[in-house]
Amino acid sequence: MSVPAGHGVSVRIEACGKTFADGTRALEPATLDIARGETLVLLGPSGCGKTTMLRIIAGLELPDAGGRVLFDGNDMTSVPIERRNVGMVFQSYALFPNMSVADNIGYGLKIRGMARQERAARVAELVALTNISGLENRRVDQLSGGQRQRVALARAVAIRPGILLLDEPLTALDAALRDRLRGELNRLLRALGITTIYVTHDQSEAMELGDRIVVMQRGSIAQIGTPREIYFKPKNRFVAEFIGAANIIEAPVENGELVLPGGRQPIGGEASQAAAVAMIRPETIGVVEEGAAPLSGTIDSVSFIGDRQRMLVSGASDKVLTVDAPNTIKAQAGERIGLLIAAEAVRLLPSEN
Amino acid sequence: MPHKSFVWLCLLPLVVLTVAFFLLPMARLVVTGAEGPHGLAGYLAILVEPRYRATLINTVLLAAATTVVTLVVATVAGMFLQRHRFPGRAVLIAMLTFPLAFPGVVVGFLIILLAGRQGLIGDLSNRMFGEKLVFAYSIFGLFLGYLYFSIPRVILTIMAAVQKLDIGLEEAARSLGASPWAVQRDVVLPALGPAFVASGAIAFATAMGAFGTAFTLATNIDVLPMLIYTEFTLAANFATSAALSVGLGIIAWAILALARSFSGSTVAAAG
Repeated sequence: MSVPAGHGVSVRIEACGKTFADGTRALEPATLDIARGETLVLLGPSGCGKTTMLRIIAGLELPDAGGRVLFDGNDMTSVPIERRNVGMVFQSYALFPNMSVADNIGYGLKIRGMARQERAARVAELVALTNISGLENRRVDQLSGGQRQRVALARAVAIRPGILLLDEPLTALDAALRDRLRGELNRLLRALGITTIYVTHDQSEAMELGDRIVVMQRGSIAQIGTPREIYFKPKNRFVAEFIGAANIIEAPVENGELVLPGGRQPIGGEASQAAAVAMIRPETIGVVEEGAAPLSGTIDSVSFIGDRQRMLVSGASDKVLTVDAPNTIKAQAGERIGLLIAAEAVRLLPSEN
Repeated sequence: MPHKSFVWLCLLPLVVLTVAFFLLPMARLVVTGAEGPHGLAGYLAILVEPRYRATLINTVLLAAATTVVTLVVATVAGMFLQRHRFPGRAVLIAMLTFPLAFPGVVVGFLIILLAGRQGLIGDLSNRMFGEKLVFAYSIFGLFLGYLYFSIPRVILTIMAAVQKLDIGLEEAARSLGASPWAVQRDVVLPALGPAFVASGAIAFATAMGAFGTAFTLATNIDVLPMLIYTEFTLAANFATSAALSVGLGIIAWAILALARSFSGSTVAAAG
């Protein structure tokens, strides 16, 4: 991971928890460092506390007593959002309906007392950057979803914030547009190089945009790491299953081999364990002739997806294994096959009870 | 039976009713207004005759003041009630909307109980300063009465509008550096604009035409509905009372129409 010497501030949150008035614990006390210029993604299912954490950083929520928020080492905990200099993009975009596109983008500058001409120049700069030329005088209700998203981003960036905070900015869009805008957003964030915190429940967004990903589960941080680390070395079963597809196998280990109904699968090392939990990604399983691999099973079904085909294989482990095979392999339900899995592709997870 | 003529047949009762009970009396009213000793100039008298003109101006000013004060009070209260949860909130809202059911006479009665000759305020001021404060029978008493029955109507509209406000808009404005006052000025009040116009117009029209309260209180208040009443029943001056009625109707109708067109365009702008 190489973080360029970016813009904006570095952020540290220290023992920040959040308990709501009705007693619900939205966030367990968490500590997190975000480097200057880094894009950090908070990822998790709804109700995992990711939005609460974002709102604490923004200054829209106060952390429970003892929690602190620091920007560049300065304690910002009791500074309200209007004086934190944060750019925020909301899921609903929250564009001002009584203002034109240009007035929306320039609002933060107007509040800061920037002169009209200077403001117009900065707005023009952002209009060009976010690719919305020609829409400056439109009303907000005349814009498409994708255009609104860009205006919201332009408005947040216009004030040259210390951090950019994005709360599920693509969720409101349809799938095709979401994919395109994700790429565009990624280029823009790289170009700006500003410290960014991005909240999403979509793992592919997290993978593409994040320098690092914080996976959250039920109000606490499950794992922090680069997309590769999170994907290949999940710390627990929740992370493994939340990110991508995963086969989770419970089986004993003898002399560095998983002992399975369909054969013995090497996992490297010499360790033995009475009850281990292992994760194998579907695309790391090679389909070969039966007997050409230590593990074998029977194909239950094959679904052709286009870029690959997804097979469900029984008999190899006590649960049905999902295998993503290349789309060129010819295989049918009922066929016996060998499953070739590299030892490094098997990840042992801590067992949970 | 062809479909079209069936639809027309269904409309027939409405047409008959409208003509018989609405259009005909209205037409007669307009004609009567011009049947006085001065003919059509009777209408001009509303504006030219000093007593009529003063009453007209009085009434419009009173209605305007009622509207403005109602909007201010109802907005502050409505915003607070919609945004905060506290014990007794439901009871408070129920009490605030209670006067909706009262006829004008009861409202007038309440004002007399409050600020009349035997009123609460009079008693209190008598004990404290040795002087009885009585204002129920003045235009100020009428103003209070109108406030009393305008606030419930407006507060309900404002609360509904506040509920529909996207709280994200305020948070977005704050994130851009807007102070609480700037948020109200630039985001909240513009978003509530259509609700202000709609409920304000109703409050204005109601205050222009309210009779019961005025009749209960008015010993020395000149407002249009009272003037019409005295011209009609006491002076049997049919032409003038008809002309005044038409004038009152036109003002109230014009304000409503203006509000409708204005709020129509702002509603469209607000998406």
